[in-house]
Amino acid sequence: MKRRFVETIALALLRGTAFAVLLATILLIGSIVRGGAGVITWEFLSATPTEGMTHGGIFPAIFGTICITLLMIVMALPLGVCAAIYMVEYAGSSGLARVIRASVNNLAGVPSIVFGLFGVGFFILFIGRSIDRVRGGGLLFGQPAMLWAAATLAVLVLPVIIVNTAEALTAVPRSHREASFALGATRWQTVRRVVLPQARAGILTGSILSVSRGAGETAPILFTGCAYFLPRLPIVHLGVPFTGLSVPMVNPLDQFMELSYHIFIMATQSTDAAATRPIQYGTTLILVALTFILNLAAISLRVRYRRGLESR
Amino acid sequence: MKMRRIPAVAAVFACGAAGLAGLLAAADTITVKGSDTMVILGQRWAEEYMKAKKDVTIQVTGGGSGTGIAALINGTTTLANSSRPIKAEEKEAAKKNGSDVVEFKTAMDALAVVVSASNPVDHLTMQQVGKIYTGYISNWKQVGGPDKRILRYTRESNSGTYVFFKEHVLNNRDYAADAQTMPGTSAVAEAVAKDPAGIGFGGVAYFAGNPKIKILKIAKDDKSAPISPLLAGGKVNFDAVWSETYPIARYLYVYSAGQPKGAAKEYLDWILGPEGQKIVEKIEYVPMPGEARAERAAAN
Amino acid sequence: MDSRIESKIGKAGTVPVVPGAVRRLRRGRWREVFIETFLRLNGFIAIAAILLIFIFLFKEGIQAFRTIPAGHFLQSQELDFDNVPQTVRLWQPVGQNPKYSLIPLLLGSFLVALPGTLIATIFGVACGIYLAEIAGKRTREVIKPAIELLAGVPSVVIGFFCLATLATFVQDALGTTFRLNAMVGALGVSLVIVPVIATMTDDALRAVPGYLREGAHALGANRWETITRVVVPAGASGLVAAILLGMGRALGETMIVLMATGNAAQVTLNPFDSVRTMTATIAAELGAVPQGGEQYRALFLVGSLLFVMTFLINLVAELAVARMRRRLAL
Repeated sequence: MKRRFVETIALALLRGTAFAVLLATILLIGSIVRGGAGVITWEFLSATPTEGMTHGGIFPAIFGTICITLLMIVMALPLGVCAAIYMVEYAGSSGLARVIRASVNNLAGVPSIVFGLFGVGFFILFIGRSIDRVRGGGLLFGQPAMLWAAATLAVLVLPVIIVNTAEALTAVPRSHREASFALGATRWQTVRRVVLPQARAGILTGSILSVSRGAGETAPILFTGCAYFLPRLPIVHLGVPFTGLSVPMVNPLDQFMELSYHIFIMATQSTDAAATRPIQYGTTLILVALTFILNLAAISLRVRYRRGLESR
Repeated sequence: MKMRRIPAVAAVFACGAAGLAGLLAAADTITVKGSDTMVILGQRWAEEYMKAKKDVTIQVTGGGSGTGIAALINGTTTLANSSRPIKAEEKEAAKKNGSDVVEFKTAMDALAVVVSASNPVDHLTMQQVGKIYTGYISNWKQVGGPDKRILRYTRESNSGTYVFFKEHVLNNRDYAADAQTMPGTSAVAEAVAKDPAGIGFGGVAYFAGNPKIKILKIAKDDKSAPISPLLAGGKVNFDAVWSETYPIARYLYVYSAGQPKGAAKEYLDWILGPEGQKIVEKIEYVPMPGEARAERAAAN
Repeated sequence: MDSRIESKIGKAGTVPVVPGAVRRLRRGRWREVFIETFLRLNGFIAIAAILLIFIFLFKEGIQAFRTIPAGHFLQSQELDFDNVPQTVRLWQPVGQNPKYSLIPLLLGSFLVALPGTLIATIFGVACGIYLAEIAGKRTREVIKPAIELLAGVPSVVIGFFCLATLATFVQDALGTTFRLNAMVGALGVSLVIVPVIATMTDDALRAVPGYLREGAHALGANRWETITRVVVPAGASGLVAAILLGMGRALGETMIVLMATGNAAQVTLNPFDSVRTMTATIAAELGAVPQGGEQYRALFLVGSLLFVMTFLINLVAELAVARMRRRLAL
């Protein structure tokens, strides 16, 4: 009888805590939606901040977030995917693979602010300043810029991409590879024609998750390129030779505004933090919505993909 | 398939980055970095100036006076806003990097010491403020208030306000360890408004007009009368600041690496001229004495 | 993600190349070699990143010792109002006589990380056990994505939530002196690491083979007894790893503590005092210091310390996972 009683209580408690976590999530999101929903208008999304950032919209921050995330993906995705391919398909379980794996795990555990320090010390001061020294004529690369912020974020999301890609590659049944080898395919042919097509959805999931992670990070970009306020978009007009036309292009050497940083400074150092609360809530809601859409896409993609694999 | 497209995209980006190198120098961009106290001011200046001059872009960032001067030394900004004078070693560091820093006094600012509106204390002496912030006075009843622990709010160490206060009010002693450092003066204002036992300080512009906050009168010493930085109507008392009868006032500086040239020079001239100084007055800072006085004389 | 990678990467690469296939394609072989070399270079990127982080952090950090006497990282002397020298443990790097004691920062970090980890462990482990052992398929499909969504919430958002909503709530409920204090930070940080711990607990317990449970049931154990006596002990190393990784995250969390802990670098053991963590110190001060200066290097030293601490925690966690895999012979 007593055993039965203990079991009932204990299982109820476990269930209770699980739902408490669910509740906490709902409360967190609920408070942000409640605070921010009223602020979101087309103007809020499309206008620039005005009057010392106490009015106006957040378009430059949205634009900056999108640019830096795309740039980050361009830098991190090919590297991460290739690293994962090497780790799973070539290195196997050799000593080297173990070292790589350990590095990936440790990279995932490095605090994000340390990436920020690294970004300043390595990308800006070492690489950037070296380029400037070779180039001559003043500072251009050796200062905070979107390029370096994106590079810092790329290092940060690298383990996310590698882990997810490796997972996707491992999920491809071994028999498929063996069949391909038996047909005389080389290792690369097998990877390219057999493994990668099947792992594509998994790799996509990984890259979406990394986008969402990168879009939400603040600490690594604090010193590597974020601007408190930028009255224009980080765009330059590049002249096309011989045509006299100019093409607008995102300028990776410019600073930028960014959503998560915007939330941080608006909440702590804006000119009137109490009066601009609605803007802060609105910005938060946009950032949360952005990451949620990405996460939901990744989760549903993964669920579909897993089902596909299991039914095979 | 997908794999093949990625290097191409990367190559486009890389070429773009390289191509930009030459173009960037040509753009008329002024970057201004530094004092959080001056961010409101700097942004207003920039907004108004850009309205008048469409071809100039001014980019204003905060982060604290130390941040701005550091950026100036490191060569990453055109101008630095600072709410404290540049230090000798900072000047030295800039010289080592190849530039002589030039100073411009652009406005004045009265630092207000504030408490919650519900706090009965309404004036303190400089020494009392110093003792509170260094931790020698820790209860409001020691300065004539209720029996409550004093909660001290200060600024981050990168702010000019922090340094100015440490030098002029704390006489270079350390802040009490339990003083909470806030990232901006508005955060101080928000904290003090919510905290009946709190005390904070910062540029008077951030506190004037907030009904939940009381701006204290400050006495130079035991013998002098306590003086408020505000006039009865809630406007800043310019004369008390210019004559230094209100004891905690300072200049707000703009620094440039070398004599400013071109767009930066025009911008600075505009700031120091009547239009720039009018904006100073509009957002409750104190315009520079010379300019404003001359203007008043002209008006009379 | 973290070290779940161990369980997810199998031995797919051990398939031998059929020799004949390679020999037939002479030109193809060079391509193979080239591609493999290229991929291997990419494979080294993670190792390179870790090494570079290590080098560039320590290169600056170690130089702090050139101008700051080592003892000053613990305590230093200062005259009080009566000009009597006092021993102080302060982090106040700006001023005539800068103070660089790391003690308040370390205490601050642990005062946030330990309660945060404790709270997250209670909820995270319970949640993980519930997911792995009790929840039906339907409930699982609701709670699991919810946890993943929570994991996806940017930390600055949680920081904002703590600052704007949670801090007031906590102060009203508990009547704390400081509105922003270590506990508010700990609660915020626990929101970040509950998903980490829950997901990893879930993974670890699901890796426990079913026959162990069946055996326990056959011996007459009920579900609760099976969980506490069989499943959890079998997955214990995985749980330890989950908690350790959670703690590593808690120590390294920056934006939440910067926004929610009040940032007073004081020597205290009271979790309801305002504190200043190592991460918040770097985030708040690095942007404001001239490169190569004394404070700049001191901040890199703090970063190096943080890196070493999280590195060791991760290492132990990884060993724990390896141990579990060995024990369960996975």
